[in-house]
Amino acid sequence: MSANVIISSLFVFALAGFVGFELIRKVPKLLHTPLMALTNALSAISLVGSLVILGESTELYARILGFVAVVASTINVVGGFLITDKMLRMFRRTPARPVAGAKEAKS
Amino acid sequence: MSDYVRQNIIDFAYLIAVMGFVLSLKWMTNAATARRGIFAGEIGFAIAIIATLFDPAITSTGWFLIIIALALGTLIGIPLGLRVPMTAMPERIALSHAFGALAAGLVGLGHYFLNYHHIGKFVIAVLGIEITLGCLVFTGSLMASGKLHEMLPQRPIVFRGQNYVNFSVLGVAIIIIVALMFNPSQVWLVPVLVVLGLLFGVLLIVPIGGADMPTVIALLNSYAGLSASALGFVLGNKLLIVAGALDGTSGLILAIIMCRAMNRSFRNVLFGAFGQLDESVAEGGEAGNVRSASTDEAAEIMKTARSVVIVPGYGMAVAQAQHKVRELADALEKEGVEVRYAIHPVAGRMPGHMNVLLAEANVSYEKLLDMDEINSDFPQVDVVLVLGANDVVNPAARHEKSSPIYGMPILNVDQAQCVMVVKRSMRAGFAGIENELFFNPKTLMVFGDAKAVVSELSIEVSGQRDAISL
Repeated sequence: MSANVIISSLFVFALAGFVGFELIRKVPKLLHTPLMALTNALSAISLVGSLVILGESTELYARILGFVAVVASTINVVGGFLITDKMLRMFRRTPARPVAGAKEAKS
Repeated sequence: MSDYVRQNIIDFAYLIAVMGFVLSLKWMTNAATARRGIFAGEIGFAIAIIATLFDPAITSTGWFLIIIALALGTLIGIPLGLRVPMTAMPERIALSHAFGALAAGLVGLGHYFLNYHHIGKFVIAVLGIEITLGCLVFTGSLMASGKLHEMLPQRPIVFRGQNYVNFSVLGVAIIIIVALMFNPSQVWLVPVLVVLGLLFGVLLIVPIGGADMPTVIALLNSYAGLSASALGFVLGNKLLIVAGALDGTSGLILAIIMCRAMNRSFRNVLFGAFGQLDESVAEGGEAGNVRSASTDEAAEIMKTARSVVIVPGYGMAVAQAQHKVRELADALEKEGVEVRYAIHPVAGRMPGHMNVLLAEANVSYEKLLDMDEINSDFPQVDVVLVLGANDVVNPAARHEKSSPIYGMPILNVDQAQCVMVVKRSMRAGFAGIENELFFNPKTLMVFGDAKAVVSELSIEVSGQRDAISL
């Protein structure tokens, strides 16, 4: 890897870090568990690397490593997104507000 | 289509995927748009996977294996994601981390063995860090999950010279990485690095007790992100760098928030072995008179209150009492009582744990108040119901300098008119310290299992018991 590529990669890393910092700071405490589940799913992006290793290599050991890696990171992605979605579906249901309003109107 | 054009198209697709990830986090900042956020993340992920499959170097056998592996992972992942009770969320997320970290570690290993004869110094260093982090997060997450699942003891396990052992393991790992930089073909060093990484993951979690888990899970999340980023540097893949950086900062920020909420430093959480040093203090705690109340007395007081605040803690999660809590709140609201919830940042076993549990029980998130929002309101609150929380409501944190929790921000429940504490017995909390709140003349102890007590209370409040006895 040339120095050029390293520098441009560091640029990307640093800027992404700042974007992440500014965005995550604004996530309310209420959503911290779903946030963890979501970033957990995103961290399984190494799936992309596993696909390349599994798909391109012809050596047996690399195929075994790649295969296990693809299976493991797919579990992580699928599980992570499903868990996040399951949690957030609960957050969406907020019947209490209209009900409380109706009660006040009655009394 | 030439390979060059293909590669550019793949990179462009990665750019779109990254935008999906950033939008995903952006929408996560608000409960109303959060589900859209997952959708954006999923689309980004799908684009990334499909684009990668267009890689011209993938062989036909490779295609076949990829499809089987993806199908297998999906088959295992679906039940893992769907069949999970909300109370088991922390250990499930930790387990999910373990899988992702395993993958990252294996990809790093595969890349090393395929390319070690033509690899630069910088890349080999990053690769070494990546492999170590992957292994560390793998065993660390498994340990954390096991501890949360109570398959492993929750209490911190400490031994003499623990920190020296940990640091030497880390030191040897660094020496090996440096050695590999100068001589990448020393293939035997890499398995040693793997073993050290796995070992360090175990050593890191062993001294950490249940109540520090939120911080540690957030930290593991951060490490998992950093290892993905490192892999991006190794493979020259900016998609991995960005996604890893986003994940890395997310975990780090959550860990910092948790630490601040306990008034402790990272160093203290990771190497302090909380709960072990405090035994002398525990004995010094003053014993006093404890007033206890039966559930019908407690219900009577709550019914006549104007404002009730419920303070949930890990005990509520253990007893799975969140649905009963909601029933109690409904019954109280029917009597015209205002019910709110006060959530301490470190209540439970992961960031935001209580919010998820109460959301499961259909409690509107507008009623879940952060410590900062509710603390100034406590003097106007008639009744506080403390449910399975202990250290986060201990007033000793404000004034008792010798207390191990001194300086930790707490919920000022002792300023309310009346405090009811639901507890199994007078046993001390996680930190092993007496809670002087229990001896406060304003405090009524209601002994019993959280779930049983709360359902008794809601029956009493709604008056169903009277109807039956008539």
